[in-house]
Amino acid sequence: MTAVATKAAQAPAHDAKVVLSVRNIESYYGPIMAIRGVSLEVREGQIVTVLGANGAGKTTLMKTISGVMDPEKGQILYQGRDIAGQSPDRIVRAGIVHVPEGREVFPLLTVEENLKMGAFTRSDADGVRQDQEMVFSYFPILAQRRNQAAGTLSGGQQQMLAIGRGLMARPRLMLLDEPSLGLSPLLVKEIFQIIRRLNREQGVTMMLVEQNAKIALEVADYGYVMELGRIVMADTAERLLQSKDVQQFYLGVQTEEAQRGQKRWKQKKTWR
Amino acid sequence: MDVLQLIVSGLANGCVYGLIAMGFVLIYKATEAVNFAQGDFMMLGAFICLGLTNAEFMGLPFWISAPVAILVMGAFGYALDFVVLRRMFGQSQIAVIILTIALGFVLRFFAGLIWGHEPVSLQSPIAGRDVRFGGLVLGLDEVAVIAVTVVLTLALYFYFNRTKLGVAMQASSQNQLAAYYMGIPVKRVHSLVWALAGMVAAVAGILFASKGAIDPSIGLLGIKAFAAAVIGGFGSLPGALLGGLIVGLIEPFASRYIAAGYSQIMPYLLLFLILVFRPHGILAQVHRKKV
Repeated sequence: MTAVATKAAQAPAHDAKVVLSVRNIESYYGPIMAIRGVSLEVREGQIVTVLGANGAGKTTLMKTISGVMDPEKGQILYQGRDIAGQSPDRIVRAGIVHVPEGREVFPLLTVEENLKMGAFTRSDADGVRQDQEMVFSYFPILAQRRNQAAGTLSGGQQQMLAIGRGLMARPRLMLLDEPSLGLSPLLVKEIFQIIRRLNREQGVTMMLVEQNAKIALEVADYGYVMELGRIVMADTAERLLQSKDVQQFYLGVQTEEAQRGQKRWKQKKTWR
Repeated sequence: MDVLQLIVSGLANGCVYGLIAMGFVLIYKATEAVNFAQGDFMMLGAFICLGLTNAEFMGLPFWISAPVAILVMGAFGYALDFVVLRRMFGQSQIAVIILTIALGFVLRFFAGLIWGHEPVSLQSPIAGRDVRFGGLVLGLDEVAVIAVTVVLTLALYFYFNRTKLGVAMQASSQNQLAAYYMGIPVKRVHSLVWALAGMVAAVAGILFASKGAIDPSIGLLGIKAFAAAVIGGFGSLPGALLGGLIVGLIEPFASRYIAAGYSQIMPYLLLFLILVFRPHGILAQVHRKKV
């Protein structure tokens, strides 16, 4: 809560234009319904976070938006156009890029080649070169390692590369899946500061899926809480941070009742 | 001098094995399936060129029919993936492997129907001529095979490392899911890899047919090339070529210095030893995913 504390001053208005509007989508893994009618909105210039435990359907939601999975039902309106069920390359061309969970870099390609692959859908060589310099200015370590195979980078550097590779597509909307996964607390802080800078300076709208609810709510403007494939809470990030349920179940804050020895799982969450 | 000639003829054979082996590796790396019809692709490419060139068939000039045969095999590879294999998406790799084995039989049968089962030779301008280096007499066909393989290998190296589509082929073979996320049309890339494998096989076939007579069963050479690919390190293109060259070099020396019955075993004995002592091959490209 250091550098990020100033965000309220410049946060975009909550009545900014809606970039992405997900309406009642349902997605299945085989016979299992992983998303049970989710609706949410992402506004221009915002960082929107989706919180939730393992298996809540957060990653499935992202895969459905980026076209890697197709929804059975529902609409995904991106800038007013329904993109549900389109192929991933069309969705990348439209301006949505998905930075997947677990980095997923191309291990034997160099850092620079990985970045080039991020720009696969683009044909403006000059713009690609400029964007590569832009990525290097945010992640100087990648410039140092530009000719090194991505598989030899550390976990934090690979995460930086994954974000940088996503930026190379020059997205309007970036889907970030668990950027904090497996990183040390110091690195997590660094990555999230860069995410916020990218959002403010490059104007990239972000949708952020996280298990680390504290840091996610600190950088985000708006938040959704998912449980078992449904959205159970939606509010501004500040109010979610104050909410008793979020504090207790996602931030691990000890409430008075818990201190009195009452079992946590016996309590009812207010939304049930 | 004798030894040098043995080396050159071994290298020439090895180049053909190496090119077929590269076809195996291309498809394996991209799609994780093994195309056991790769040898029959080579046979088909050779016969298409032969059918276009030879006087008893169409009698076109070799310099036209060779590129045409290469392009036809490229289109064949693309179509095979586009029409058949894309429908098998999500099936086990065994299903694809069995399909390619069956395809090999079908191709052999059709080639026999069209061009007959008797050995025929390609009327190629490089067949049967000699080149002299000082006192050394080498077959032009063998020198040409080596030269073409060197050029093709360099071209492939350039393609895979310097062109966007080539790097994208590498990328989608290293991490298919991430390739989807980056907007690389992975399915089309797979079809293009099959096209490339078909074209490389056609080059191998034309080179092989320039060196001697062919019949529809030469596709069985693919087994030897498969051994070469495993020796070199399945999954590595330079390894495939190296494996091919090793197998090619072993053969003439084995048949010269070892009794006839045993010399044939040598490539497979080497395969056996490699599998025991270096199971990933000579140039293994093993990457374990870090967590």
